[in-house]
Amino acid sequence: MDLQVNGKKYTIDIDPQTPILWVLRDHLKLVGTKYGCGIGQCGACTIHFNGTAVRSCSIPVAAAANVAITTIEGLSEKGDHPVQKAWVDLDVPQCGYCQAGQIMTASALLSQNNKPTEEEIKLGMSGNICRCSTYTKINKAVKQASENL
Amino acid sequence: MHAKDKNQSRRAFLKTSVVGTGGLMLSFNWLSAQTDTWEGKEVRALENVRLSGHIIINADNSVVIYSQNPEIGQNVKTSMPMIIAEELDVDWNQVSVEQADLDTEKFKRQVAGGSQSIRKSWPVLRKAGATVRALLISAAAEQWGVSAIELRTETGYVIGKSGEKLSYGSLAEAAAKQKIPKKVSLKKAKDFSLIGKSVMNVASREIVTGTAKFGIDTQREGMVYARLLHAPGFGQKLVSFDAKQALQIKGVTEVFEIDNKVAIIADSTWTAIKGGEAIKTIWSKPLTSEDSKVQRKTLLDMVNAKGQNAKVNMGNVEQGFKKADQVLERTYEAPFLPHNCMEPMNFFADVTDEKVELYGPIQTPENQRRAVAKLLKRSEDEISLGISRIGGGFGRRLNGDFVLEAALISNKIRKPVQLIYTREDDMTAGVYRPAVTYKFKAGLTDGKISAYDLSGAGINMRNTVRPGTWPQASVPNFKLESQSLESHVTFGYWRAPTSNFLAFAEQTFVDELAEIAKKDPIQFRLESLKQAIDAPFGKVRYEPLRMIGVLKLVAEKSNWETKKKGLYRGVSAYYSHNTYVAEVVEITIVGGQPKIERVVVATDCGIVVNASGAHNQAMGAVVDGIGHAMYGEMPLENGVPQHRNFDTYKALRNSEAPKVETHFVKSQKAPSGLGEPTLPPAAAAFANAMYAATRKRLYSQPFSEQGVVLQ
Ligand code: FES
Ligand code: FES
Repeated sequence: MDLQVNGKKYTIDIDPQTPILWVLRDHLKLVGTKYGCGIGQCGACTIHFNGTAVRSCSIPVAAAANVAITTIEGLSEKGDHPVQKAWVDLDVPQCGYCQAGQIMTASALLSQNNKPTEEEIKLGMSGNICRCSTYTKINKAVKQASENL
Repeated sequence: MHAKDKNQSRRAFLKTSVVGTGGLMLSFNWLSAQTDTWEGKEVRALENVRLSGHIIINADNSVVIYSQNPEIGQNVKTSMPMIIAEELDVDWNQVSVEQADLDTEKFKRQVAGGSQSIRKSWPVLRKAGATVRALLISAAAEQWGVSAIELRTETGYVIGKSGEKLSYGSLAEAAAKQKIPKKVSLKKAKDFSLIGKSVMNVASREIVTGTAKFGIDTQREGMVYARLLHAPGFGQKLVSFDAKQALQIKGVTEVFEIDNKVAIIADSTWTAIKGGEAIKTIWSKPLTSEDSKVQRKTLLDMVNAKGQNAKVNMGNVEQGFKKADQVLERTYEAPFLPHNCMEPMNFFADVTDEKVELYGPIQTPENQRRAVAKLLKRSEDEISLGISRIGGGFGRRLNGDFVLEAALISNKIRKPVQLIYTREDDMTAGVYRPAVTYKFKAGLTDGKISAYDLSGAGINMRNTVRPGTWPQASVPNFKLESQSLESHVTFGYWRAPTSNFLAFAEQTFVDELAEIAKKDPIQFRLESLKQAIDAPFGKVRYEPLRMIGVLKLVAEKSNWETKKKGLYRGVSAYYSHNTYVAEVVEITIVGGQPKIERVVVATDCGIVVNASGAHNQAMGAVVDGIGHAMYGEMPLENGVPQHRNFDTYKALRNSEAPKVETHFVKSQKAPSGLGEPTLPPAAAAFANAMYAATRKRLYSQPFSEQGVVLQ
């Protein structure tokens, strides 16, 4: 089947029930998208489906035909999306494992609501677990990014 | 460390080699220095040395610093090279950092554990930087035909008397030929220009662009994926398995038994996961004794019966209780906790006749290489071990069970293998923080603790108590006892081992004592600490003055004296990992439930190396402590872990995370641990605030089991 990821076309031969997460990671070698739970609970695998944040571990690749998929590797050309910039600027990451998912959730959130309140940020980011507890820094970074959109 | 190193230790080493285009690699071996002689003094240069670090100075004046310890999110990949860069006197912008592989010839203690990375390497890394700096100066002196004493350095340049300068890059090759000085000068703390600043994580850019490679991201030519099915319950043995269906899945290539587990080999992670699901396994009968309810009762019986296993016994506690004005007795209980690192366990192994290659996320690379050598009966010289970026450790990756498994599998199939745990495999695999029960009994005389008896019992815990920490030395009659309950549940160190729950129990108990003594809880602690200074009972093995310092700082920063209507506060103070921490949690009550308004943290960890990293560690550990006290638990029924994934295992979420204000005592003392010590006091400060608000005490974790809901 055909896939469109980060503006590139890929043709792959694969069981259509395979979750997109594993297609990205194992087949397209786009390993920036992370596995955390496999059941839609942690947000580590968050990608964009036509600009909307989705859990790639819980969507079969069959559902991705004719969808523009964006992963962390394709969020910006030079790693300079306002969310990425804010993340670096405020020194958000600790182990860093959850952060691709956090950034993909945050960037989708901001594209829907470019001036979120503190409460909206917290709520919008609550589907993403950070085991290192970088939460308050994440929220600050989302706020900063929203000011620099 | 190999024995042969010892024989070389009388000499000083400088191995040099030109790398790339005119770059120079300086590699040192040395002994760790005495910590007490560093401050602004001349210390002996790198002789009698045994471990080493790597500094590469390139011709273009860029510097590569190898970071020796595993990076698990504790920020050592940034902060350890900062220490070298400070003494080397280079601009941080010149520096790039690489993760070093395991190399016991060059490095000592390549471990991420016990919050010891900075503390143990501080003198060593400083000497490394200072010695290279001295060599560069000496090279410039030779070139200019002047005495080295006339020269100084400034951010990557050696500068002469009248301002002439040479870049480190241009001097590197000549520097390698200089004699290693007997002595090198270390900077005075007041002259630090990098240490103490906020330096962003060196891996930030890679992390935010998705290019940082974690262990789980390892992909090699010809590599296969492996998953392991382990017993559903602790103590169960594999009887048989049927792999027919699994082997029909396209991509599943092999299924076999290995070490009481079933291994599935496949061509992708997903097929390995699916393959595992398709296998039918039969296990021996579950063990009814491995049940949380049963074990909880046993632990309770143990602390009530008391063991003979006294770790400390000073004065006479029974006499003390008889004479006391008041006696208080309380029991505290903690459940098993999984670590739940965000990156599930995984490891790469490639075993061939010639060599064994290991690569992945591990906190204890040296131990694992040794263990794999023993397991596969190979020489350690044939085994290489690379350390990947690590998606969280929290102590889980001190244990190398998964490294051995990957090695065993690759050894059997003779292919490069990436072993991957699913979240379910990871959460149910054990290596848990052991369940533990504490019984405290204390007597108060004239408002002071006059007798103190703590009895702890934990599952597979060699020791449940911490001799040498407060309130020891401030109490005349003092006893600590510890017992262990044997079990099949595997033991694991969990961020701030022992302290993570003992601090909660102790510091909520002390809150009750202060209340009975009718004293302000901070005042009560200060008086007791003063006792340990003025008239201690026995040897004092902590620094009461530093504990007083953080208590005073937290009181000031939280406006402890100023009461505010509707705002409830709790305090807690704890010493662990050579670091002193006091915390105040402030809550309001919303709809009968607590909302954490703020956590104020005062820490004395000596010199702060990286201000931003330090804040991140202190903040993260506090939230971790509160989150796990609120929700964390892994109950067992007949040996079977009752949570398998984050649908039922509750982790603290963004909307519940409190604001954490961090303050550090200004200090010129050598740095101590910071990855763990702010965790232990957090739960008690929260529980004490809860009591202030609701008049209800919390005696066991998780708090959610007792109806507490964070707002
Ligand atoms: S891996 Fe997809 S939500 Fe956790
Ligand atoms: S930074 Fe480690 S899990 Fe979020």
